[in-house]
Amino acid sequence: MNFTNGTALLAYCEKENISLSEAMLRRETELSECTREEIFERMRVSLGVMRESVRRSQESGLSMLGGFIGGESGALLARLREKGAVSGLSSLASAYAMGVLEVNASMGRIVAAPTAGASGVLPGILVAAEEKYGYSEEELVMALFNAGAVGYLVARNACISGAQGGCQAEVGTASAMGASALCELMGGTPRECLAAAGDAIANILGLVCDPICGLVEAPCQKRNAMGVSNAIICTEIALATGGKTLVPFDEVVEAMYSVGKSIPYQLRETALGGMAAAESVRNRKPACAGCPDGCQKARGWA
Amino acid sequence: MKEISVFDIIGPIMIGPSSSHTAGALRIALIAGKIAGGQVRSVRFRLYGSFSKTYQGHGTDRALLAGIMGFDPGDYRIRDSFAIAKERGIDFLFDPVEEIDVSMHPNTVDILMTDEQGEKTSLRGCSVGGGNIEIVQINGVNVRFTGEYNAILITQNDKPGVLADICSVMEEKKVNIAFMRVYREDKGSRAYSVIEIDGSVESDVIETLRKLPNICSVKYLAK
Repeated sequence: MNFTNGTALLAYCEKENISLSEAMLRRETELSECTREEIFERMRVSLGVMRESVRRSQESGLSMLGGFIGGESGALLARLREKGAVSGLSSLASAYAMGVLEVNASMGRIVAAPTAGASGVLPGILVAAEEKYGYSEEELVMALFNAGAVGYLVARNACISGAQGGCQAEVGTASAMGASALCELMGGTPRECLAAAGDAIANILGLVCDPICGLVEAPCQKRNAMGVSNAIICTEIALATGGKTLVPFDEVVEAMYSVGKSIPYQLRETALGGMAAAESVRNRKPACAGCPDGCQKARGWA
Repeated sequence: MKEISVFDIIGPIMIGPSSSHTAGALRIALIAGKIAGGQVRSVRFRLYGSFSKTYQGHGTDRALLAGIMGFDPGDYRIRDSFAIAKERGIDFLFDPVEEIDVSMHPNTVDILMTDEQGEKTSLRGCSVGGGNIEIVQINGVNVRFTGEYNAILITQNDKPGVLADICSVMEEKKVNIAFMRVYREDKGSRAYSVIEIDGSVESDVIETLRKLPNICSVKYLAK
């Protein structure tokens, strides 16, 4: 059993009457030399690392390599506790996603999902949903297989890195993965999951990759928060409309790929355009904070 | 090309901040360290393209050094790899190349190693995104493999019959070859075989290959 696009995946799920996550777990079992249980356990480890990355982000004293971000997640959570959320799940999940990017930028341990630059989106959504709605560990692990199915289809048929396709390929894909995973957790059908995923990419279509100083900090951190909110909106839309969509998932992926190829070099992770070229930041140097061996001076930055 | 696994998408578990500039860089150096036999005394990293511009802020330097020492991409010791390498008596140098060569992948590194016996090994690798890599040169000879499979790297004299000998060992030991490619410096001189295999091999396969005529070295590169 294998599937190479969303249409085939959906047909398989509907024929077998199974979820996207179940289809992806079956695919992995067939491809690998491991048992279903071993694969499930391996994904449980990834969930554990995601949870840990959210937890660590709430500790003080993280120092970022570039020093362009830091403390934003804590500020959001503090406001959330004192004044309440502007928008329910979205506020909490965004705060967590931003926290994971802080952990990532301080050389902490994260799960690339699908990349390190977009690594906040899935843990943000899943850990916040777990806290708010009490999903079981089993459900959350399966949600990661669901997300993996969507990410696999994008990686196979387009691209998932900012250097290749811009932020739309990176946070766009993470957002699609998060939308689909949340949709399944909320009881959505495979059709609704793929509609949510397609919408998530379509909403971010064209977004460029323009990291300040070339580092995975800003604007990446806030774009992870945006990826979370976008995913949640797309899940709600798909659930409310029964996955009704004008353009099917595969065509959205194709459109994203085609747009990605036409994004100029300066806007694909080279730090030559967009936010990276803005006057206030274009001559900034990374702080390289947290450098354990005082290499800043040795490197002539101090 | 290997099928994309769910763990290529939800993963790797890694020390940040960048799958290409940190985890991918480390994986190139991990293979380099294995090819050098794990006894590296001094190492020089020549960084190209995006690597040369942003390597400090991505911890690429620390990740490369950690890879030479055999750490995996999720190992917290990556942060302290400079200090650990000094403790172990490994000399290291980072050499960013300013000129842009558009024919090269933007995330490319040359790793030049000298082992305890003074033997030199060099390797060129590219980090192609999401932590995936390609090794494109060994000791100046163009090669191509990705580290997605367990692989056997054989250095041999370019003589008739060597490949047949290698293949008969693989047959005898029931090792299934997924991909096999042969590269050489000049006709009749030194050649390299990269054999990517399904599953793994026991050390007796490697030992048997080493005893074949015209074989200079055999390295097992576990993925």
